[in-house]
Amino acid sequence: MSKERVRIDRQSMPHQEAAVRVNNFSEVALGFSEKLALLEASRCLDCKKPTCMDGCPVEIDIPGFIKHIKEHDYQGAVDTIKKKNNLPAICGRVCPQESQCEKHCVLSKKFEPVAIGRLERFVADWEMQQGIKTKKDLPPASGKKVAVVGAGPAGLTAAADLAMQGHEVVVFEALHTPGGVLVYGIPEFRLPKAIVEREIEGIKQLGVVIKNNMVVGAINTIDELLEEGFDAVFIGTGAGLPYFMEIPGENLNGVYSANEFLTRTNLMKGYKFPEYITPIKVGKKVAVIGAGNVAMDSARTALRLGAEESYIVYRRSEKEMPARAEEIEHAREEGVQFRLLTSPVEIQGDENGWVKSLICQKFELGEPDESGRRRPVAIPGSEYEMEMDTVIMAIGQGPNPLVPRTTPDLEINRYGNIVADEGSGQTSKIGVFAGGDIVTGAATVIQAMGAGKKAAKAIHEYLVG
Amino acid sequence: MFAIIRKENLAEGIKLFEIGAPQIAAKARPGQFIILRIDEKGERIPLTIADFDRDKGTITLISQEVGRTTADLGKMETGDKILDLVGPLGKASAIEKYGRVVCIGGGVGIAPVYPITRALKAAGNEVISIIGARTAEQLILQEEMGAVSDHIYITSDDGSTGQEGFVTNVLARLLSDGVQIDLIIAIGPLPMMESVAETSRAYGVKTIVSMNPIMVDGTGMCGACRVAVGSETKFACVDGPEFDGHLVDWQLARSRSRMFLAEEKIAQKCSGGDCQCQKNG
Repeated sequence: MSKERVRIDRQSMPHQEAAVRVNNFSEVALGFSEKLALLEASRCLDCKKPTCMDGCPVEIDIPGFIKHIKEHDYQGAVDTIKKKNNLPAICGRVCPQESQCEKHCVLSKKFEPVAIGRLERFVADWEMQQGIKTKKDLPPASGKKVAVVGAGPAGLTAAADLAMQGHEVVVFEALHTPGGVLVYGIPEFRLPKAIVEREIEGIKQLGVVIKNNMVVGAINTIDELLEEGFDAVFIGTGAGLPYFMEIPGENLNGVYSANEFLTRTNLMKGYKFPEYITPIKVGKKVAVIGAGNVAMDSARTALRLGAEESYIVYRRSEKEMPARAEEIEHAREEGVQFRLLTSPVEIQGDENGWVKSLICQKFELGEPDESGRRRPVAIPGSEYEMEMDTVIMAIGQGPNPLVPRTTPDLEINRYGNIVADEGSGQTSKIGVFAGGDIVTGAATVIQAMGAGKKAAKAIHEYLVG
Repeated sequence: MFAIIRKENLAEGIKLFEIGAPQIAAKARPGQFIILRIDEKGERIPLTIADFDRDKGTITLISQEVGRTTADLGKMETGDKILDLVGPLGKASAIEKYGRVVCIGGGVGIAPVYPITRALKAAGNEVISIIGARTAEQLILQEEMGAVSDHIYITSDDGSTGQEGFVTNVLARLLSDGVQIDLIIAIGPLPMMESVAETSRAYGVKTIVSMNPIMVDGTGMCGACRVAVGSETKFACVDGPEFDGHLVDWQLARSRSRMFLAEEKIAQKCSGGDCQCQKNG
């Protein structure tokens, strides 16, 4: 029986053609039809001892929800997922499943793993099409109040989990829209903002109150929140401070941080300029420095904004690129060019202060460094010039200083990250927990969600214990 | 939503808005700014807080119509509501007793220099103010500044009020006359602040300027507001907006302020919403 099942190939998801999608901001991956979903679900062996769940930071009952799909019980599938994850439409789209659940799928030993992410997306989208009607039976109010700082993946997850335990939750968001990196960073073509909005709407239906335009550290402090009657605080402020390379020419016009470039485009909808009045400007030739998901998003966004040539410039080789394989593949299909083992040493400007070219140096791989990856070593005399109009720095970001700066007894490490227990998110301050990029440095959406989830559990125990 | 409680036309193209924002008013300190977004399709722009009233729960903004958003803001009236207002952002001015301070405001820059001047006076400093504008009509807050200063000098480019010339002419004279000055604060257009810094440099008088670069989020997230200060790149939103004027790279600041000039012109033309470029998508 099982042998027959695995003969069905892993189903691929329909996509917009590269030549078409590079001219629009609509979603690239179109999602499974019901037929494809059922076919893919039938590949799941429903293992007695499922290993896939070991790879899920939020512990979704994966075989359980897939079983519901097989039975055409999509509501049951949604309910199963939402016991653990309140953002399934988002996770189904942006989780790196290949290095998490799908990596642990038994099938992946001999065949291709079950497309768990695509199935998660299918049921989440199914629910949205029905109109969200999941009415959760919430426990009676606990009488405890929790403040969540930052409405990104970590904060939203913590908020939802705490609300589901009966706690009163208020989320303070610095921007004018909740979602964090889901709205300012990840582009529309990878994660439509309407989906983020609806998923957040679902969290609000749990009773979570989200207050926008509230910069904790400016309008109030962690101590004030505790004094005002919050029994606990969760800090999920994210990685908020873009790094630059500290090379000459970095402040020329035409040099953006990836955060600025993506925020203008996504959060402020600069791609609809001038209907939306935040400008975004790209030249004909765009270089993105770095090779993570944010770099791929930037390079692909540049093409959609009209760039003729878009380059990824990365000092290591293809193998070390931190972006998901799928994102790299999509970028390549769309015409993004890769200049690997290459790094800029200087950005040159014209007489008006605009980027004119990038002086790059070639690298080769040496011995492994502390990250286990082979260290890139500069090749002397290999410098060359690339004409360029726009340069986007996508080399990571540091922790935002606003909360630590105004919370003197909150321990931070030498990079400025908040020190928090990995299992519980407990910080050096009683009643204050933290998780996500503010603790770990820039990581993934689902890792932040996992941290939010663990912290919510610890906060609940702290409140009722 | 944040309601406009009072609007006043201070001068041609310069408008004052008192806005109900009790939480911001409770925390605002001189030198800080807010970011506002008028409506759903609007951009986020920073404006320095010109005044705040903790009892009334209001903050005051003074805005000069220089681009699309400030023009749109200028059309708003008492009772209208601003969609988003966030703050107080940036580091507050360092208010302490320095001795004799000179507070310089140029044009609409007089607005943000006013609460700083008031606080410096209250901290026990001897305050000399120098405020200037292009014309008498363009000069704002003369009375308010006078009330918190020990001496006030007025200049206008055309001589229609006070002394003809620039605020820096007055500063240069004070310095060359050997007036002992412990601190200078200057806020105004980039060329004015640069000129103040260049004037005071030779005398070694510490000169604080308030930078107003292009910003998006205002919380350190985007890095659009980079200012080169000495050998370092700073983010005006979280490291500033005030910096040592003698260390600021003025040429870079001027250049960066022009980054979206072409787009700003398009956005201004598109005001109203049905011009050709929008129809073409």
